[in-house]
Amino acid sequence: MALALLSAAFALGALIVAAKAYTPEYAFHAYIFAAAGVASVFAVVNRYYNRPAETPQLIDGKPNYNFGPIKFATLAAVFWGVAGFTVGLVIALQLAYPVLNFDLPWTSFGRLRPLHTSAVIFAFGGNVLLATSLYVVQRTCQARLAGDLSPWFVVLGYNLFIVIAGTGYLLGITEGKEYAEPEWYADLWLTIVWVVYLLVFLTTLWKRTEPHIYVANWFYLAFIVTIAVLHLGNNAAIPISIFSPKSYIVWSGVQDAMIQWWYGHNAVGFFLTAGFLAIMYYFIPKRADKPVYSYRLSIIHFWALIFMYIWAGPHHLHYTALPDWAQTLGMTFSIMLWMPSWGGMINGLMTLSGAWDKLRTDPVLRMMVVSVAFYGMSTFEGPMMSIKAVNSLSHYTDWTIGHVHSGALGWVGYVSFGAIYCLVPWLWKKKELYSLKLVNWHFWLSTIGIVFYITSMWVAGIMQGLMWRAYTALGFLEYSFIETTEALHPMYVIRALGGALFVLGALVMVYNIYMTIRSPKTALIGSQAALAPGE
Amino acid sequence: MANSPTHKPSLWHRHAVFEKNSIILIIGILVAISIGGLVEVLPLFYLKSTIEAVEGVRPYSPLELAGRNIYLREGCYNCHSQMVRPLRDEVERYGHYSLAAESMYDHPFQWGSKRTGPDIARVGGKYSDDWHRDHLRNPRSVVPASIMPGYPWLEQTPLNIAHIGEDLAVLSVEGVPYTQEMIATAISDAKTQGSADDASTAAFLKRYPKAITRDLGGSVGKLTEADALIAYLQLLGTQVDFKLYDDKANIR
Repeated sequence: MALALLSAAFALGALIVAAKAYTPEYAFHAYIFAAAGVASVFAVVNRYYNRPAETPQLIDGKPNYNFGPIKFATLAAVFWGVAGFTVGLVIALQLAYPVLNFDLPWTSFGRLRPLHTSAVIFAFGGNVLLATSLYVVQRTCQARLAGDLSPWFVVLGYNLFIVIAGTGYLLGITEGKEYAEPEWYADLWLTIVWVVYLLVFLTTLWKRTEPHIYVANWFYLAFIVTIAVLHLGNNAAIPISIFSPKSYIVWSGVQDAMIQWWYGHNAVGFFLTAGFLAIMYYFIPKRADKPVYSYRLSIIHFWALIFMYIWAGPHHLHYTALPDWAQTLGMTFSIMLWMPSWGGMINGLMTLSGAWDKLRTDPVLRMMVVSVAFYGMSTFEGPMMSIKAVNSLSHYTDWTIGHVHSGALGWVGYVSFGAIYCLVPWLWKKKELYSLKLVNWHFWLSTIGIVFYITSMWVAGIMQGLMWRAYTALGFLEYSFIETTEALHPMYVIRALGGALFVLGALVMVYNIYMTIRSPKTALIGSQAALAPGE
Repeated sequence: MANSPTHKPSLWHRHAVFEKNSIILIIGILVAISIGGLVEVLPLFYLKSTIEAVEGVRPYSPLELAGRNIYLREGCYNCHSQMVRPLRDEVERYGHYSLAAESMYDHPFQWGSKRTGPDIARVGGKYSDDWHRDHLRNPRSVVPASIMPGYPWLEQTPLNIAHIGEDLAVLSVEGVPYTQEMIATAISDAKTQGSADDASTAAFLKRYPKAITRDLGGSVGKLTEADALIAYLQLLGTQVDFKLYDDKANIR
């Protein structure tokens, strides 16, 4: 009941802010918050009167897992994934054909690009991480998710954050820091959601019967804790008024640059790597029906990875006004980071030893294994690009974009698709996916798409980098900037084609998942328990 | 191994303490992730060599600040860097390499990470106001092969500076040396800067030395968003006089 009152007070507060807002865009966001507050009052009251006497923790001696919020996050991930990939395709086409910006504020590249990055990283990736972490922590602890309303608050609250952030970009509300664009009020809201997420995860861990915490959960924990630290550090801002969306970050210039890339690179390290390594550590052994290759390797690479990643940020600032000593430290640790990264790759790939034949018959497993291979590739490319001599060529070019996408489409995308293909039948209690053949189609469509994408961006990046520094025999710069832009056009078209294939693959997945959920084939009760090695 | 009294438990065994206690695991994680961040970030706040003192860098005028906020709002940083690296081709293409001091009042920094368009750290004064106005309205009218989006709404949208004083006040809390006077006169200063001749120009220039003050194209008293953005762009990279700048002065 106190929760309902709190929600009501929140809604009222949001309404007052909406009434006095400096800008209509901010008022719109305040109304969304108010509506969410009102909806939450109804949900809480409804739940209060319909609550069962006590939720049983065990049914027939088996844990009574809580799958509701996980189902929501899984479907949200699929939805945001398709949306985020599509926006990516749109902005890729805008770079090839600028007329597609339509001369409108909310469709111009500068506002859509943050929408794309946030939609794929935080909306798609974030929901995948929420769904899998809340699933894995229950299964590996053999315990029902802690809390009743709180898991729902985490999942719904996180997606409310996504809506506020995404609509904000389109309306021009931004902090102007890459991958940390949401303004102060969205950041505050995310902080609340994140603390509840940590508590739900931890209290579920505490309910475990097995004394050891499974390795996937170490990675999830490192992801949750570190993202909280990074988020608070990089978003320390003072709003000009509670009635204004605008805030100013307390850091400036060099310090802000360092803190931004300490955040930015570790959003890669802890959101897109540690979190998704946790997925690898649960779903690959499970699907391959093999134990994790090496327990000791997982210990070494876990600690080495989280210790070294945090140093790597300055490689985004080579040859800038950041002091040299910081650049050199960043480069050194980035190169060393190659080793723990490949430790993870080896642990993932070698889990397949003795089961390699499954790659032929199981396209879901193949997707996850190829994702680990992409992980290995981009974690080799990354350290190479962090070398200052290489970076002086690659930085500011599309090579960086290609590198990011081999990690994002190949590693994060594929391991997520694999996890989703595993989760959907498990959550909806189906015997199997509607069609493995369609998974195969998804795999090949998107693999060809990724190849188009990264090869065109390698060519574009290296070519432009070389053109910028080309000199004539008389010692003049050979190309004007716009000539280098013109040269990129064919590569931008090929990239968009690759993106289109990737979107197409994702749409095949949507159909497959829809048909799986609809299908009447219900799993036998025992079949899930039989598929439980990693626990 | 734990049962054998003659052998110390191996290191691998000791790791169990992290695996069995989630709070100890969290503390371990926090320690591991803190070291790198602290070593790389903290010294930047007290090492004097991080930002060498340079003559000429001043806080943004209210109009330039409003323009900068439009630059942020439209996401210009997604395609334009503001950081000339000390490499031969960049110095010849864009001008003197960027100094740390030149972005010391930037909340947030806008060094960027991608050059889909050229670096604009030193774009100030390179093109006329009219060129910028045409270029913002339709980039292809002045650069036929440009892939930049058009921003025709900027010159049609009146500039909203009703709260710009609050912006300055917050920045002064964060260490930008805005005085109470500057905060109080913020709105009128913005209007002064954007108009051709104004009785208060002299006082304004005293507060913001070397700022451009001219009719930015919009009619007097009706500043548009494009005017503010152009005021910001024309300032970029012009604060330090590199004829006088001594790049050896700070070598220790």
